[in-house]
Amino acid sequence: MSTISRRRILRGMMDGAAVSVTLPFLECFLNGNGDARASGAPLPVRFGTWFWGLGMVSQIFTPKTVGPNYDLPEQISSWKDIKQHVNLYSNLNVVTDGRPPVCHYSGWIAVATGEAPLNGSSYPRESIDVTVADVIGSGTRFRSLQLAGTGSQRSTHSFRSTDAVNPPEVSPTDLYQKIFGPEFHDPNSPNFTPDPGIKMRKSVLSAVIEQSTDFRRTVGSADKQRLEEYFTSVREMEGRLALQLERPAPAPACKIPAAIDKEMPVGIDAELVASRHNIMTDMMVMAVACDQTRVFNMMYSDGTAVTSRKGFPRVHHTITHEEPVDTKLGYQPDSAWFCTRSMESFAHFVGALAKFKEGDGSLLDRSLVFAYSDLSLAQAHSLIGIPMMTAGSAGGRMKTGIHFDGKAGPVTRVGLTVLQAMGVQAGEWGVNSLKTGQAIGEVLV
Amino acid sequence: MNMKAKLFWASAGLLGLFAASVTAIAEQKSELKPAAVLSRARLITQPQYVNTLRGIFGPNVKYPVVLAPMHRVGGLVDVGASAAVVTGGALERFDSAGRTVAKEVLDPSHRDYIMPCRPASEKLPDDACARKFLAPVGRLLFRRALSEKELKAYTEIAHAAIIEVGDFYTGLGGTLSGMLVAPEFLYVTPTTEVVRGENRLTARSRAIRLSMLLWNAYPDSELLTAAENGSLNTDKGLAKQVDRMLASPRLADGVRNFFDDMLVFESFDTLTKDGKIYPAFTTQVTTDAREQTLRTIVAHLVELNGDYRDLFTTRKTFLTNDLAAIYGVAINDPDRWAPYEFPTDSARGGLLTQVSFLALYSHPGRSSPTRRGRAIREIFLCQKVPDPPPNVDFSALERPDPTLKTARDRLNRHSQNPVCAGCHKITDPIGLALENFDGAGAYRTDESGAVIDASGALNDASFKNVKGLEEALHNNPRTPTCLAERMTSYALNRPIEAADQDLLNYVNTKFAANGYRVKELLRVIATDKTFYAVPADNDKPTINKADAETVTLGRKS
Repeated sequence: MSTISRRRILRGMMDGAAVSVTLPFLECFLNGNGDARASGAPLPVRFGTWFWGLGMVSQIFTPKTVGPNYDLPEQISSWKDIKQHVNLYSNLNVVTDGRPPVCHYSGWIAVATGEAPLNGSSYPRESIDVTVADVIGSGTRFRSLQLAGTGSQRSTHSFRSTDAVNPPEVSPTDLYQKIFGPEFHDPNSPNFTPDPGIKMRKSVLSAVIEQSTDFRRTVGSADKQRLEEYFTSVREMEGRLALQLERPAPAPACKIPAAIDKEMPVGIDAELVASRHNIMTDMMVMAVACDQTRVFNMMYSDGTAVTSRKGFPRVHHTITHEEPVDTKLGYQPDSAWFCTRSMESFAHFVGALAKFKEGDGSLLDRSLVFAYSDLSLAQAHSLIGIPMMTAGSAGGRMKTGIHFDGKAGPVTRVGLTVLQAMGVQAGEWGVNSLKTGQAIGEVLV
Repeated sequence: MNMKAKLFWASAGLLGLFAASVTAIAEQKSELKPAAVLSRARLITQPQYVNTLRGIFGPNVKYPVVLAPMHRVGGLVDVGASAAVVTGGALERFDSAGRTVAKEVLDPSHRDYIMPCRPASEKLPDDACARKFLAPVGRLLFRRALSEKELKAYTEIAHAAIIEVGDFYTGLGGTLSGMLVAPEFLYVTPTTEVVRGENRLTARSRAIRLSMLLWNAYPDSELLTAAENGSLNTDKGLAKQVDRMLASPRLADGVRNFFDDMLVFESFDTLTKDGKIYPAFTTQVTTDAREQTLRTIVAHLVELNGDYRDLFTTRKTFLTNDLAAIYGVAINDPDRWAPYEFPTDSARGGLLTQVSFLALYSHPGRSSPTRRGRAIREIFLCQKVPDPPPNVDFSALERPDPTLKTARDRLNRHSQNPVCAGCHKITDPIGLALENFDGAGAYRTDESGAVIDASGALNDASFKNVKGLEEALHNNPRTPTCLAERMTSYALNRPIEAADQDLLNYVNTKFAANGYRVKELLRVIATDKTFYAVPADNDKPTINKADAETVTLGRKS
């Protein structure tokens, strides 16, 4: 993270060859090409994940054509404005190597960690966002943001281990307070005074932790690692507080959204979920634009999605099991309805980043979103052809707008590609049959 | 704050402490050998956090705390605390909770009665006053008296903080919130000592275990004093504390939390029903349904000291106006919780027929005999029902067929598939007995015009209707032993293992002999030496003499 002093900002401004005095204040923090801050520090690249449960209906989801400019079947017709930013990966599989295929679980775990789980209640390895956050997440106020459209505190796919989970924000009002509440400092404000409250918190935290050296000795060997994770979290928090005591680097696209003070109702109705998802997405986009975080994770629904529909007695998950296949259509229409709604929300998510201008491009241009589900055909809990997408070019490291046919390879090829695009040093990724060294060259620049 | 609350709090919490000087703590006997440790550190849970702070600062301070959820282990989230890790995200939650509570505690509306002193100036440090606050608070948060060295350090931290922000209370609050993210507050690490060749828990660790079991909170001052003066190590001293704690109003917190956890009530956080199908099932009903069951449990087990098994048959409960609408009854006092007893001929009786259970284990717009049956087996009988196999066509449940009117008809069709039949045989005959209650928990006699047949079976016991199910669960020998097993796991904060069978046998025998009174079950566990035993394979870090002194820091001051 380039924490830039005032002097350095000014010097950067003078050095930027094409800086014009007539530019608005914020623009003048960019260099002439608009692809970097005037100081020469590049605009940051961000990483996000987006999850939806219960897959898709292949007949109306999978494009007929592969490669660029793929067609948009009915289920993804909502992508028409974002298609050029989205890569769709089809025909990639999860193999569990004899481990039990746990319904609604093994699939997404394999996609997100590169390893099939041993059972339905543990995570084999850290999630991919944590791996990426270790590389790009340390210079901002929040290492990562977890959001859930479900309203459930348990809806998160961000974890370092089974018992080390990053909890999600589930309420738009709480999310607003967390990011733009009293502790937010506008990165573009001409004035900066370190907040004495933050200063106090930092020094108290450091001093309190210093007092705990004796405590460490009371911890048995089995817990040493757990305690070390706690201390790592504390050190990170100290670092973040220290960061808030320095003038933040200008974030040219940062706009502070209007406060949200009305609590959203609890509920899992598809309309409500979409609205909660969209409000939180828009706020998250602002948080990213204001460089409060560079890693963000959104759960539209859980693996066993319990999204409901007005007037329908059962939830999406139950419908996938109980609805007869329409013989004319060849699939379950009510179940498909929910998948289509999921894809609309995905379009909103990607569109929100794409519409947000930053420098010469959009936030999406400097982001990579990795979207995935837990299975392909929910009725069969199928781990064959789990749908995955990426959106955004990660600052020019990814080609976009491509439908890639994985030819029955492992799902981990996408994860490996994502890691490499995000600058994680990874020659291979995955475990057992999911291990791969083959990033997808067709989409990497 | 009303006087009653203040008095309660004064006797139970911080105010009572100011009488006990930090330096008056009795020295431990010198025969104690250096402390070793038990294997797992336990992270404070959200209910423990709130219960503990409420015990220290009183009921009038608000505790709007949302901590990171933990993993459910062996049927209890509480047991997951022994594996939980504080990630960056989880620490943010602790930090935010600590700052909110500290701000509340030192808010002008509370500080006058919480603070034992007033600073000479509100703008400047006052070390003597800060110290008077930090010593007893630190002792309760860290479950041991702070050493003189520590107390000095915390006073200095507060001093610097007050100068930083130019306000006594803000700076002191900042110090308090710092202590609320300290590992010593967040983690409980059991310590052991060797006495006459025997490795045992230190009295302090005994106190913590005891109060976590009975109050689901850290020890209060009196219990800590009993640990500090050694009386907790004697049978008599232990019995005295157990008696006191079982008689305390805080026992209700412990019992409430245990059942909230065992009944998987965190699912209420996201429970909603389809408003078109069940218009009476409002958000308020969701909140009240959870509370109704917890009130019923506390009243029956704690206040009446009733037989645990009677929870499945009791007609006594509490209702609000919103709930009464679902139950289809009228209550006397529509403005608050009112005791209510269902008539003898009512289908309602016991926890299974309460809205909480019926609605939680249903679909948003339909009942589910399978979910209900599974929940009864898994929650109340400690049995594991297998998940459905990965590739099954359930669509017979839905296929339009005018002859399939009731859930029973649909499930019968479904069970014609032999792959499904195996598991449905162990869930559906139980759940079908609850079919007279719809997905919101309201009573009904028919579905789609067909009269509901609510007969069923639980293992060898067959019955004609829900009354029979209630009796069958009441009389099932596994019902009380399952509770005893869960409670033992909760007490030890680890899953039950094969090696625990002797202990379980003992606990079960005692539980039965005491008429299945949960208070007595708690007493049996809390006074049994196994509860405080140190496992033979306990890992013992090599502790040299210097380390031993720091480990016992606080007892030497």
